[in-house]
Amino acid sequence: MPENNSIHASEYALKRLNKRHMRERRFKMAGLGAIFVAVFALIWLMSSILGSGYKAFYTHSMTMDIELTESLLDPQKLREPDKLRKGNFRLIIQNSLYARFPDVTDRKARRELFDIVSSSGAPNLIRQMVYQNPDLVGQTLTIKVPTSDHVDQLLKGNIDRNVKEERRKVSDRQIAWVDELIASGEIKAGFNTCFFFCADSQDAELAGIMGAFIGSLMTLFITALIAIPIGIGAAIWLDEFAPRNKLVDFIEININNLAAVPSIIFGVLGLAIFINFFGMPRSAPIVGGLVLGLRALPTVIIATRATLMAVPQSIRDGALSVGASHIQAVFHHKLPQAGPGILTGSIIAMAQALGETAPLLMVGMVAYLTEIPDGVTDPATVLPVQIFIWAGNAERAWIEKTSAAIILLLLVLFLINGFAIWLRNKLEKRW
Amino acid sequence: MSKIDSEISKIKFTCKDVRVAYSGKEALHGINMAIDDRGVTAFIGPSGCGKSSFLRVFNRMNDTIAGCTVTGEVYMDGQDIYAPSLDPVLLRARVGMVFQKPNPFPKSIYDNVAYGPRIHGLASNKAELDHIVEKSLQRAGLWEEVKDRLKDSGTGLSGGQQQRLVIARAIAVSPEVILMDEPASALDPIATARLEELIEELSQKYCIVIVTHSMAQAARISQRTAFFHMGDLVEYGLTTNIFTNPADPRTQDYITGRTG
Repeated sequence: MPENNSIHASEYALKRLNKRHMRERRFKMAGLGAIFVAVFALIWLMSSILGSGYKAFYTHSMTMDIELTESLLDPQKLREPDKLRKGNFRLIIQNSLYARFPDVTDRKARRELFDIVSSSGAPNLIRQMVYQNPDLVGQTLTIKVPTSDHVDQLLKGNIDRNVKEERRKVSDRQIAWVDELIASGEIKAGFNTCFFFCADSQDAELAGIMGAFIGSLMTLFITALIAIPIGIGAAIWLDEFAPRNKLVDFIEININNLAAVPSIIFGVLGLAIFINFFGMPRSAPIVGGLVLGLRALPTVIIATRATLMAVPQSIRDGALSVGASHIQAVFHHKLPQAGPGILTGSIIAMAQALGETAPLLMVGMVAYLTEIPDGVTDPATVLPVQIFIWAGNAERAWIEKTSAAIILLLLVLFLINGFAIWLRNKLEKRW
Repeated sequence: MSKIDSEISKIKFTCKDVRVAYSGKEALHGINMAIDDRGVTAFIGPSGCGKSSFLRVFNRMNDTIAGCTVTGEVYMDGQDIYAPSLDPVLLRARVGMVFQKPNPFPKSIYDNVAYGPRIHGLASNKAELDHIVEKSLQRAGLWEEVKDRLKDSGTGLSGGQQQRLVIARAIAVSPEVILMDEPASALDPIATARLEELIEELSQKYCIVIVTHSMAQAARISQRTAFFHMGDLVEYGLTTNIFTNPADPRTQDYITGRTG
């Protein structure tokens, strides 16, 4: 090596260089490790949810011949829907089951036999049919009724047949009947439409997420109505028109603080203001939406301000220099430039609101409801709260329901976020 | 105040003891000056001397900077432009401005030029607006280059074209004055030459005030030059005099390249 006196050519310099490179490699490894842990956790989460949740998307039902005996349902032959509704449809189902298995005569055995089908779902199904069409009385129908959740769980493999009888929810006799009905094709697996289109129910086989989904939509609608216009307006004012003084500084600091306030506090606020003071109905999407609107407000304001501030000042100067008024410069030039960013921020804020649970518990949106809400003042619940309710139920069948509801909530969130990204890419015309 | 041959042309602006301060810190210490109605007046001086701040006095763009205060009197055609009754929005329609960095709107070429006439309601129909846009682009020497792509983005043009587009945008509202804040500093020599030609043409019709770092540019295009130094107007007069026979040693040092 030729003689070189530069301080960067010595052996010591090489050592220093190596040390720097080592530090870089260590940092890269740490980053890679962090990503690996995150991806692993995500895969674990998704596979555990999907693994138990997919079973809720199919269910078992039993095809039965049901004789709508006139002497039992309508002895006076009046065919009045309101009277017919009070009929003993339980007995109708029981009779048809006893007819299917004539050698079952023992009382206990008969009760077990009836437990194969959904004890309230099957009678109610026929009750509705007769109520809507009284002329069915006297006929024999072939219809599909839901099986009980225990039978469904057994057939899905969630109940172990090898466990001792007294420690399992399904008796040996029931297993034998179910196997026979499976073999004959009377019990079949099918798509679980009820899970998507029914409201909540005490019976796992009849519970669906439609009620919570509609509740979520209504709540989110109110939230968007409150948070987006007010949030964007406040951000524009703060960014462009607010005077620089102590009061405005104080407001700005508090908007940032508000975004970090635990969301349940907003629930307490909503309870005190909207329900106790203004006397709005409990459990209603209007109150939930207002509360979530307040919750989303700081997020919308912060996102909007960030995008407004990212618009180059030169554009505003250009507009002012040709004689645009301040508000024209903002609305003609700044806002269109910031539009895609504002939109994305607002949609993300809405997605957050969709996943919010705690504040809604405070305003009573945690009620058990079997009706799909018709309006924003009807009692309703929302998807995350529905998950919370179902997760607290003890029976085996609720586990898959809970997971399936989580899958749907995540799917909706993915769709919303995907839509936000798509919209931003589409609107963000780079001139 | 420097002597001005007011016989040559009418006076457009008269400034009396103009002071500009940013958050209380004075950047210009009482400028007295008169600016001609026609021709090009150049402001030169080292960075931070206050020449750009002074330029922004004439269309009250300083109003839009938080913490910036302007005191003193500025008259445009005898009218006090800092009078409370005067609306800066209208003033800016009369006094156009071209910035250091070309700042066309992120819109089409057509919309860039049409924006001013639209907000001021200068055209009553589409044909009139088309006419204004065409005329303005022609005056700015850009028409031939863009007439077939008026719907294209204004920011897709080259730097020199963008600067001429911004000039067309300013011309479109029929101003009386065009202020230019180092308009050529972001351009290459060819685009600069093209811009200087344009400024010379425009000076026949408009009062042009230009801030420039290039003394050669000031010498080439301006009739009058003002030299600023540390917030003071040091010397003001005919460009030929300033460059050949400066009265103040500071001007002498600056134009010969000893300071600056």
